[in-house]
Amino acid sequence: MTATEMLQIIGESGQTVGDHETDLTPDELVAMYEAMVRTRGLDERMINLQRQGRIGFYVPSTGEEAAQVGSGTVLLKDDWLYPSYRMPGTLLMRGVPLRDMIANCYGNEADNCFGRQMPVHYSFAKQNIVSISSPIGTHIIQATGTAMAQKLRGTKEITAAFFGDGGTSSNDFHSGLNFAGVWKVPCLFICSNNQWAISVPIEKQTASETLAQKAVAYGMPGVRVDGNDVLAVYKAVKEAAELARSGGGPSLLELMTYRRGPHSSSDDPTRYRGNQADEWLTRDPILRFRKYLERQDLWTDKKEKEATERIKNECNALVKEIEKLPNPTTESLFTDVYANVPPHLREQYKHLVETEGEGHEPDPDAAFPL
Amino acid sequence: MAEITIVQAVNDALKEEMTRDDDVVVLGEDVGVNGGVFRCTADLHEMFGDDRVIDTPLSESGIIGAAIGMSLYGLKAVPEIQFSDFIWPAFDQITSELAKFRYRSGGQFTCPVVIRTPYGGGIRGGHYHSQSPEVYFTHTSGLVVVVPSDAYDAKGLLKAAIRSPDPVLFLEPKKIYRAPKMEVPDDDYVVEIGKAAVRREGTDFTITAYGAMVEVAMAACEKAAEKGWNGEVLDLRTLVPLDEESLIASVTKTGRLVTLQEAPKFCGFSSELSAIVAEKAIDVMEAPIKRVAGFDTPFPYTLEHVYMPHADRVLNAITEVMTY
Repeated sequence: MTATEMLQIIGESGQTVGDHETDLTPDELVAMYEAMVRTRGLDERMINLQRQGRIGFYVPSTGEEAAQVGSGTVLLKDDWLYPSYRMPGTLLMRGVPLRDMIANCYGNEADNCFGRQMPVHYSFAKQNIVSISSPIGTHIIQATGTAMAQKLRGTKEITAAFFGDGGTSSNDFHSGLNFAGVWKVPCLFICSNNQWAISVPIEKQTASETLAQKAVAYGMPGVRVDGNDVLAVYKAVKEAAELARSGGGPSLLELMTYRRGPHSSSDDPTRYRGNQADEWLTRDPILRFRKYLERQDLWTDKKEKEATERIKNECNALVKEIEKLPNPTTESLFTDVYANVPPHLREQYKHLVETEGEGHEPDPDAAFPL
Repeated sequence: MAEITIVQAVNDALKEEMTRDDDVVVLGEDVGVNGGVFRCTADLHEMFGDDRVIDTPLSESGIIGAAIGMSLYGLKAVPEIQFSDFIWPAFDQITSELAKFRYRSGGQFTCPVVIRTPYGGGIRGGHYHSQSPEVYFTHTSGLVVVVPSDAYDAKGLLKAAIRSPDPVLFLEPKKIYRAPKMEVPDDDYVVEIGKAAVRREGTDFTITAYGAMVEVAMAACEKAAEKGWNGEVLDLRTLVPLDEESLIASVTKTGRLVTLQEAPKFCGFSSELSAIVAEKAIDVMEAPIKRVAGFDTPFPYTLEHVYMPHADRVLNAITEVMTY
């Protein structure tokens, strides 16, 4: 494929189009589908909790499940990931416990980051998932650095950086891809072009015909893929990963998709795009893959119901357990700033406890604005 | 013992640490074959090769971002920013990324990058080659900020910074890069981060200084001595974490404080020193604190000698606190 054509394997009715040979077994195909269902189930539950005021913030990924799961299927255990904040599906596929993700959204004692970040800014070192950043694009060059380290150490590992269409305008998209091209590092730059950066549409983001073609200027392959087609995403990411792993250097992938929901729980997309998202309901990536599996007798209504119920029940049980846990300790405000707590922070902590005590209840009226 | 400059001290520290630890990697603009525009990375490329001494594309944000990614993975990246005046494109990477990884990840990720960069005036460099940016970074939680004032400390502090588990901004005073020379032991040694040094013991007043201003403080004390005033010079060496104990101990002894910095005065590092003394030792003070600093103007080219604090200007401040 080129940077202006678009790779597709499953058509919108679930029929195969073009080259549809896949190395995935029926079990693997079903596992991918279930991961997509789990991703949506988690998102729906978390948005619901946010609407009820039980968690402060959330970033849904509805409509982008194929991009997340297709990529997640390819990456190996030792590979490093620099995710964006809109890809819980990939994280779940890496083996991140659902409990840890929900705990992060509550930011309480169970959160592995001690509630230091807003929900969805996950860090999972065990799975080589680097701490997610809000400022757009900063992680792209960091991924290049990690891939350089992998190359210098002579490993077979690769690094993947994930970002949206808005991210391609950031300065560190440029530095990240430029450095990666020059250094020929094993890094995948995976752009989910969901066509909106909060309220700014793609045509206000770039005058390039496609985002994939930007790769040409950095001396690496650029591939445009139907991002709502999980098998096309899998195939393209796999080819890029194999190239990187064999010393062939980085690639840029543009996964064409659509952000069906709001940018975040704080955003109202009807203000800037009316009901445009409705047009994408029929192009739903889960629906499409389900039709594909049904055509091959790999999926049934009964299995669908079971999978949906399973994730719902898992979420509910975890929410029930996590919700009642207390806040992180006041002490955790002062640790991890440095490897050891320096004297001035010790003094500030001591003064805080002496003058105000340990207990500090959050402001119930606080809400994060857009 | 060899008599060396700060440039040689930095170069020696890099060579020794790169020899000691294969994970230490140097990267930046012109650091490779050219050995750095100030020669701080001379010979490294020849000794350690392309993989560990990396000439990068021209992007400061890229250099620091890549260094972060390398260090998250386990390498010890020591990037050079050619002049600290060029550091601003990397400000986001330094303040919100580098300095915050440990905290924001609950201690799961660390990236103890050591950023070396020459700072300060005195080389006829004008606005783009003379700035003193320290307070933009001392205000940033999670960063260690170190400023050596001589060759012994430059070597010992840089080696300590490279072995530190925290990210360090290492500001090198380029005015005194090549002079004076100083005897430095050949043996491996480090200078502890977070400790100030008394450069001149005195009883009548304290001057705080760091980097290239330490020698100005020393010269001013010589002039003050002619008037019979015995000054103490406290070289801060590390700005964060600050050695508050030494500061308080010195002003408790002398009761008078002149702070000296070449960076602009308003919200300068001396403002913090003054506030700490005001909060913790106001009852021992016998005169108001005087700040000697650069002006709150951009750094000039032709009138650099007027802009930069010099011994006579410091002496005026000393005279004010001594005759209050």
